[in-house]
Amino acid sequence: MTTATISGATISGHRGLQMDEPLIFELDSPGSSGVDLPAPPKTKAKTRLGAVPVRESVGLPGLSEPEVVRHYTRLSQKNYAIDAGFYPLGSCTMKHNPRLNEKMARLPGFADVHPLQPMTTIQGALELIDTLAGWLKALTGMKAVAMSPAAGAHGEMCGMMAIAAAHDHRGGPARKRVLVPESAHGTNPATAAALGMVVEAIPATADGRIDLAAFKAKLGFDVAAVMLTNPNTCGLFERDVRELADAVHQAGAFLYCDGANFNAIIGRVRVADLGVDAMHINLHKTFSTPHGGGGPGSGPVVFSQALAPFVPLPTIIHDDDGYRLVECQDEDEGTALAFGRMKAFHGQMGVFVRALAYTLSHGADGLHQASADAVLSANYVLAKLKGTLNAPFEGPCMHEALFDDKSLKDTGVTTLDIAKALIDEGFHPMTVYFPLVVHGAMLIEPTESESKRSIDQFIATMIGLAERAKEDAASFHAAPTLAPRRRLDETTAARKPILRWKTR
Amino acid sequence: MRYLPLTEADRREMLAVIGAASVAELYRDVPEMARLPGPIAGLPNHMGELEVERLLSSMAAKNVTAGSVPFFLGGGAYRHHIPATVDSLIQRGEFLTSYTPYQPEIAQGTLQFLFEFQSQVALLTGMEVANASMYDGATACAEAVMMANRTTKRSRALLAGNLHPHYRDTTATLARFNGFEIVAGAPAPSDRENLIDKIDTTISCVVVQSPDVFGHVHNLTALAAACQAKGALLIAVVTEAVSLGLLTPPGAMGADIVVGEGQSLGIPLGYGGPHLGLFAAKEKYIRQMPGRLIGQTVDADGRRGWVLTLSTREQHIRREKATSNICTNSGLCALAFSMHLTLLGETGFTDLARLNHAKAVQLAEKLGDLKGLRILNDGFFNEFTIDVGRRANKVVNKLAKRGILAGVPAARLFPDSDGLTDLLVVAATECTTEADMDALARGLGELL
Repeated sequence: MTTATISGATISGHRGLQMDEPLIFELDSPGSSGVDLPAPPKTKAKTRLGAVPVRESVGLPGLSEPEVVRHYTRLSQKNYAIDAGFYPLGSCTMKHNPRLNEKMARLPGFADVHPLQPMTTIQGALELIDTLAGWLKALTGMKAVAMSPAAGAHGEMCGMMAIAAAHDHRGGPARKRVLVPESAHGTNPATAAALGMVVEAIPATADGRIDLAAFKAKLGFDVAAVMLTNPNTCGLFERDVRELADAVHQAGAFLYCDGANFNAIIGRVRVADLGVDAMHINLHKTFSTPHGGGGPGSGPVVFSQALAPFVPLPTIIHDDDGYRLVECQDEDEGTALAFGRMKAFHGQMGVFVRALAYTLSHGADGLHQASADAVLSANYVLAKLKGTLNAPFEGPCMHEALFDDKSLKDTGVTTLDIAKALIDEGFHPMTVYFPLVVHGAMLIEPTESESKRSIDQFIATMIGLAERAKEDAASFHAAPTLAPRRRLDETTAARKPILRWKTR
Repeated sequence: MRYLPLTEADRREMLAVIGAASVAELYRDVPEMARLPGPIAGLPNHMGELEVERLLSSMAAKNVTAGSVPFFLGGGAYRHHIPATVDSLIQRGEFLTSYTPYQPEIAQGTLQFLFEFQSQVALLTGMEVANASMYDGATACAEAVMMANRTTKRSRALLAGNLHPHYRDTTATLARFNGFEIVAGAPAPSDRENLIDKIDTTISCVVVQSPDVFGHVHNLTALAAACQAKGALLIAVVTEAVSLGLLTPPGAMGADIVVGEGQSLGIPLGYGGPHLGLFAAKEKYIRQMPGRLIGQTVDADGRRGWVLTLSTREQHIRREKATSNICTNSGLCALAFSMHLTLLGETGFTDLARLNHAKAVQLAEKLGDLKGLRILNDGFFNEFTIDVGRRANKVVNKLAKRGILAGVPAARLFPDSDGLTDLLVVAATECTTEADMDALARGLGELL
């Protein structure tokens, strides 16, 4: 490692608050530990391990508690976060993560209970899940909900499994084709393929929406489902969704909706009235639960009447005897057609608590306002920036504004360069190069959590960068220069993978 | 509405810039019949912190917490002590409120801890590489079987009868729709299952858990050799990560893939989630692995750094040709796991494992003296199965009324299997006191 080439290089390698932090393995003081444990109890048998020998060593480093605290504090200071600044990552809904959610999730009555305790000892946990489930049904107008999926893609899998199970149950010829718009998230085709289905892309029209004629031409009695993202990843509402849904249903197929963009319409649009049969809801987006640098999430799926019987296990029943979990197929409990199980235990309880705390905080009126503010902010960004950047599609947009790289043509500056320059300006870049249907996409989702002051600052920065791009491309290619690291060599990382620490 | 910064004046000004008369106009592409003109009727309106706290606290108060009673449940989720440092540090906003590290220059914190996590998981399991986490142990297990199918180009998986039934069911559910076959053994609480004879050249993988769902510990060496002879992969499942501080790791016994549940380190029971899927494999299989991988590299100034790598396996690049549809995984849980393990270190982790085993041995010695009760295990780590000679779920319910959470009835785990009704799976950890054990022994003694 050399710091000699960096301007302002220091003797220590640290730069002010930016500490150059080694790996834990390089901080090893053999024998050190940050935990003091009691001595084991005296027993007659020394061990009762059976046929497996005791291992000699693991190879973990030893650190004291202060060293551990410092290590992770320093690492944290190398991260951008929604707490620290504007994070307009399109399709990711990086909204404010209230700390009340954290406090509630840590109540021992939720955090320190075991998933296999007797039902009588866990009534409050089941009540919480059932209450949140009730909200999700009320907010979408849908008939049933599966709470167990662990994230959005897992929810997609759950929804598509229910669809496959419904087709199985009906009988008839096999339906293996799934139609997916070109602009869809990669998880959609990946999910369908994992379930043995054949994915076919539906092209978009010039106005950024699904090409209904092309879609109808592909529709047939061998189609299992259509996976539609609505609002779509161009930030637009698929206004033909009713006609599309009718055609899907006439063909005996189902309409799956990717609910990643639910934040635009929560409390303002009844999903059931759009003809949707299944939709996952990312609690870690729309319901403010923290993304944690890549999870955990939670992806409950709401279902129409037609798919309700196939909801996976477990389900919760609430009657005169209180709440109970149904964990196996049972005619009397209405789970005879349940298609199976998505994961161990009953779902992402810790995420449910946070999501319900958020839902109750906002209430029906607050959610109605939150989606409006999200859409208003995105349209404001679109209106303010469309004179500077090229907006490929007419507005109004929903909760995110899409631009392409047309205005950067001949400047030598790319979408990626803009993203890296934004880092130096103290912003997290927008989503770049997605959706794939426009060239050099920049997808900006401000969410309802940003003040007008914050959005204006971002807009002014974008306008300033666009100006600078015309005369000083080199500064963009060098960016970022002010972040904890400059651009990283991803090609070498993939060619010669170093995926773990090893002793030299 | 404390979470919304825009003022009415801001909203008016922004609408004017947009050139819209009202927000409703922005929703004009939505079919009119699906639009809601106002807040949904019949649902409560917004609440202050105090009201939300009151409401949720009243729900939480209806649950019996593990820490308030003598507690012996395991079965894939274990109550361990979490150092205060872990929960405090994972709540730093820079960890808690960041996204997947798509912009590595400003996500080195997340990327470095995930690289350390991958290294730790590889060391624990005795494998060459590990990914940056899956949802949980059960989904990791199902993904491992898919990976084995791809690698071997076969489509029949052999599942040990003593695999946790939720792992079995999660895998079987995927099998049903993906179109591969599952051959699952019946639960064998007395540990008499011959897997080796069932392996032939049509089997893609053998999935075996150790310690298994009844607590039996397995030496996988012979099984690994049998798999290799028939061209099948051995997938080892670990639901109690602390056991890896004492037992020879699956990697050293010849496993090709190791998956597991990481909840035991740093993550609360949380009524079953979110937990942490662990996924490790031999290096030669990395291009078939699901999930995120973090790799080491350098930046433009030659300084060491980390990035997401080998993304051509993943859905956002490969779409329908991806190795998995997984996107969001369990980043913050991986941080908690890694931090707890870093605090423990080599001596702390191995001592914790020894302490857990000693507690379970102590419990077995106390319960073993009871009349009408039989321990089924020869070898175990911190969990074993007892035959209580009557319906275990009734015993558990009676003891719950007396304020003891006695264990997991085998019939709760395997509701469709016969012959397990009298069996109870009990676990002890460093949290279990001698007084807790005496309370359970007394309670069982009075009922049996």
